[in-house]
Amino acid sequence: MTIHQLSVFIENKSGTLVKVLKLLKEEGIQLIASTIADTAEYGICRIICSQPSKAFEVLKAAGIAVTLTEVFAVELDDVPGRAADAIEIFANEGISIAYLYSFLLGGKGVLIFRTDNAEKAREVIVSRGLTVVPEKDLSKLL
Amino acid sequence: MSTEFYNPEEAYSRSEIEALQLERLKATVSHCMNSGFYKARFDSIGLRPQDIRTLDDLNRIPFTTKQDLRDTYPFGIASVPLKDCTRLHSSSGTTGNPTVILHTKKDLEQWANAVARCLWMVGCRPEDVFQNTSGYGMFTGGLGFQYGAEKLGMLTVPAAAGNTLRQLKFFKDFRTTVVHAIPSYAARLYEVMCEQGIDPRRDLALRTLVIGAEPHSEDTRRRIEEMLGVKAYNSFGMSEMCGPGVAFECKEQNGLHIWEDYYIVEIVDPQTLEPVPDGEVGELVLTTINREAMPLLRYRTRDLTRILPGECACGRHHKRLDRMKGRSDDMIILKGVNIFPIQIEQILMQFQELATDYLITLQTLDDNDGMTVEVELSERFFNDDYAALQRLEKEITRQLRDEILITPKVRLVPFGSIPKAEGKAVRVKDLRKQY
Repeated sequence: MTIHQLSVFIENKSGTLVKVLKLLKEEGIQLIASTIADTAEYGICRIICSQPSKAFEVLKAAGIAVTLTEVFAVELDDVPGRAADAIEIFANEGISIAYLYSFLLGGKGVLIFRTDNAEKAREVIVSRGLTVVPEKDLSKLL
Repeated sequence: MSTEFYNPEEAYSRSEIEALQLERLKATVSHCMNSGFYKARFDSIGLRPQDIRTLDDLNRIPFTTKQDLRDTYPFGIASVPLKDCTRLHSSSGTTGNPTVILHTKKDLEQWANAVARCLWMVGCRPEDVFQNTSGYGMFTGGLGFQYGAEKLGMLTVPAAAGNTLRQLKFFKDFRTTVVHAIPSYAARLYEVMCEQGIDPRRDLALRTLVIGAEPHSEDTRRRIEEMLGVKAYNSFGMSEMCGPGVAFECKEQNGLHIWEDYYIVEIVDPQTLEPVPDGEVGELVLTTINREAMPLLRYRTRDLTRILPGECACGRHHKRLDRMKGRSDDMIILKGVNIFPIQIEQILMQFQELATDYLITLQTLDDNDGMTVEVELSERFFNDDYAALQRLEKEITRQLRDEILITPKVRLVPFGSIPKAEGKAVRVKDLRKQY
């Protein structure tokens, strides 16, 4: 039900992000979505990409602080208000969102998020009939 | 004599030690009258060698300082003619004239004996294979350990500093059991072992590690022992006192026995120069009483330590020094507060989330002096939780502030990003404006 996201510890120093992205480029790994907050000293760069396991190995071998995290990817119709509806469902169930980002892919909206209670989030997704995007389909949507 | 002891002097009682000390002190002071420097100094205060009748009379003798060594560079303090000397060692002299220490043939033999005694004390035997990762040449940790290990009869591998992959190959091929390394390099060795897929417990025969030259905390020692699967013993020496072999931990790992048949030890308040009671921290002052070429009387080492009160379970009555608290000249003065880098290290090493390297930077921002402490996140710890990183940063900051009374800026940096030194690690960078 979840997909793999790369989380990379990034120092706020010129060149560190480029190094990560170049390593992925050299392996022909494509970025699907990514996010990084503007913190003063360091941040976590989160990346959804093709071949996440391979990307993880490549970055680790290069000595980069990286971890593979499981996150939810919920598919939404490309219509105004759908994100609000989805998140309201979680809010009503008392599930907090640790972080969230979204993108459009193949005419669909995709919400990526992590919650403080993955078990409960799974139950809600099933019971409310939300559509999750399987990892293998992400690349197909490209 | 028990096989635990390398020399009979090791087993001496306090009264035997003190009797030998007095005899040797008198002989040393008389011999020092052959040194132009000491002759002039004694004459200037009207002190004569025969005035030294008891060990308490030692405090009538003026201190010798590093500056004295510089002022008399290179041979001004020697108590024997140069033709009787067979080696010299010299410090780097980065902050002025270098200092030179001369040795006669007998001095070198006595030095090797002291190092052999230290190594024997922690269980080294002729069957062992000893690999020395110190720089050779002028740095006394190279030749000092070399001659001591040879005297003991171990197979010695003078690998010298650097080339970590080659060090590891020697560990494997020669079945090295004893290693001498500075603590930061021991951690580096482990890192490279991990990269190379070497498990020290499974693949190597390492048993004993001798660490010295850099002040380090008890936690650092335990970490290194855990990493390499060895017992690590703290070694203390300095080139002015020959080099290694001055004081060394026994198997109790609770304080370093200083060889009182070689040295008379005093601990003084660095400001008032008055002696402090056993158990209190002060500057270590040493008088060599077993040296020919260049005895030093009441030499101010600048090292801060204390004498551990009480008896050691090992049965030796030679006094024990606590691990070095830093050097009085390593001290950082920030906003009027005295801080020793070892205080910071002690805090950092308690965090399992951190790796062993760190860097303290002092800088001036908007005319305010401040401290930044960069710490490496351990590889295992990093996860996707930003809040956990922030909590960690806050907790480190809080604990450091409690220890050093100044709030440093703590920066988490990725594992491996602090440059590794293969020599003595640089832990402090001072970029403050000089007024």
